Amino acid sequence: MKKFFTIFLFSLLFLTNISYSFSIEPDVFVQSTVSKAAETLGGKFTKEERVEKLKKIAEEAVDIRGIGFYSLGSHRKGLNKDQLNTYEKVFREYFLKSFSSRLAEYSNPEIEVNSKKKLNENYTIVSSTLVATDTRPEVKIEWRVYTKNPEKLLIRDLIIEGLSLARTQKEEFSSIINSNDGKIEALIQNLSDFSSN
Amino acid sequence: MKKIFKLLIVALILSNNAFAGSDGEVELSKKAKPVQPVKDCFEPLNRATFALNQGLDKVIFKPVAKIYRVLPSPVRTGTSNAIDNLSTLATIPNNILQGDLKKAGVNTGRFVINTTFGIVGIFDVAQLMGFPEYEKEDYGQTLGALGIGPGCYLVLPVLGPSTVRDTIGSLANVVGGDPWYNVTVANDTQYFSDFDYWGTRVTAGIDFRAKNLDSFENLEQNSMDFYASVRSLYLQDRQKKIANSNNVTETMDDSDWEEIETK
Repeated sequence: MKKFFTIFLFSLLFLTNISYSFSIEPDVFVQSTVSKAAETLGGKFTKEERVEKLKKIAEEAVDIRGIGFYSLGSHRKGLNKDQLNTYEKVFREYFLKSFSSRLAEYSNPEIEVNSKKKLNENYTIVSSTLVATDTRPEVKIEWRVYTKNPEKLLIRDLIIEGLSLARTQKEEFSSIINSNDGKIEALIQNLSDFSSN
Repeated sequence: MKKIFKLLIVALILSNNAFAGSDGEVELSKKAKPVQPVKDCFEPLNRATFALNQGLDKVIFKPVAKIYRVLPSPVRTGTSNAIDNLSTLATIPNNILQGDLKKAGVNTGRFVINTTFGIVGIFDVAQLMGFPEYEKEDYGQTLGALGIGPGCYLVLPVLGPSTVRDTIGSLANVVGGDPWYNVTVANDTQYFSDFDYWGTRVTAGIDFRAKNLDSFENLEQNSMDFYASVRSLYLQDRQKKIANSNNVTETMDDSDWEEIETK
């Protein structure tokens, strides 16, 4: 019985350690992601290498699937499984290209993580500042972090000076669908064209 | 004052009319305060005007902004500070109209200090003295704060994105609402001329464009429908400013995210 108890105790300690080692605070997670991106942007890489590294960071830290479905808004409900699968695939390619090309233009951005605010069990907003340079003013950036799984935090939105990139994308997608008689195929075509250009 | 009152009445009528129908909605928020969707009633015309503005930007504003950005940083900061200082003159009456007398007092103090010790506003001495961060207010925001809806989305030639309410708000500046306009254009004072007013307006536009050169270019390159992206950003920005909130969660709708699970 004593042996069982010892094994149980060890197991408990071991599991607790695992849980501690894998769960991470949202602000630390954002700072770590930002540092990885800054290392990539400040490092001596070719543009292609830089883009590939940024894509890898995005795949690890961003909830691309969640953002994709959010961006569809109410149109998501009218789609069949095949359409959703096709959309998910083209959106992923579009997002990674858009994300990496947006960031690749910046060299060595300095971002300071300032604070965090827990909205509920699923979301925490992390506040940060992109430090001013000679060519642009200081920019406030908020990160919407999806915290449902504390061991796998994911970024769902960037809010720059109070303006949500996810919402902007959602309204852009909605505009494309609405101006094509509500057809998702038009959006899918646009996403494919963007990725292949 | 009578003219401003008339404008308020017209704005109220127009904004009520503008909500008829439901085509081309842009949903902004459903959270804290239920915000009405902003309709793009004149979308084909707006898109044409947007294309015209993009052409003007490419030929005139962007090149000028690029040259402006070559100026030494202290010159640009001083210019930006002086423009902000002049805009305080229109912010103060808006603070009062919104019932925020404390901010009106703070901004009056800021204007007096920066105009005198800060040499016509070139140096932001008030900030160094610990004044809170300056928040610009305009008549469009005041109309919004009074509960008047935005009406339809508009794209104005040269001036860019707006709404019916914000356009009417801008007109209030030229019918007595902006003291800087009153002493330069509206009244024949011996100290200032029309050129002073329009010069500061143009400089303010160039300063804004220069500050956003990279972000605009980035947005344009990465947008499939640039017009829709700009519309969304403008309307989000106005919503935030009218709510006088820096707290992003107050102007965002979380329910849209709730049902999205990740694998």
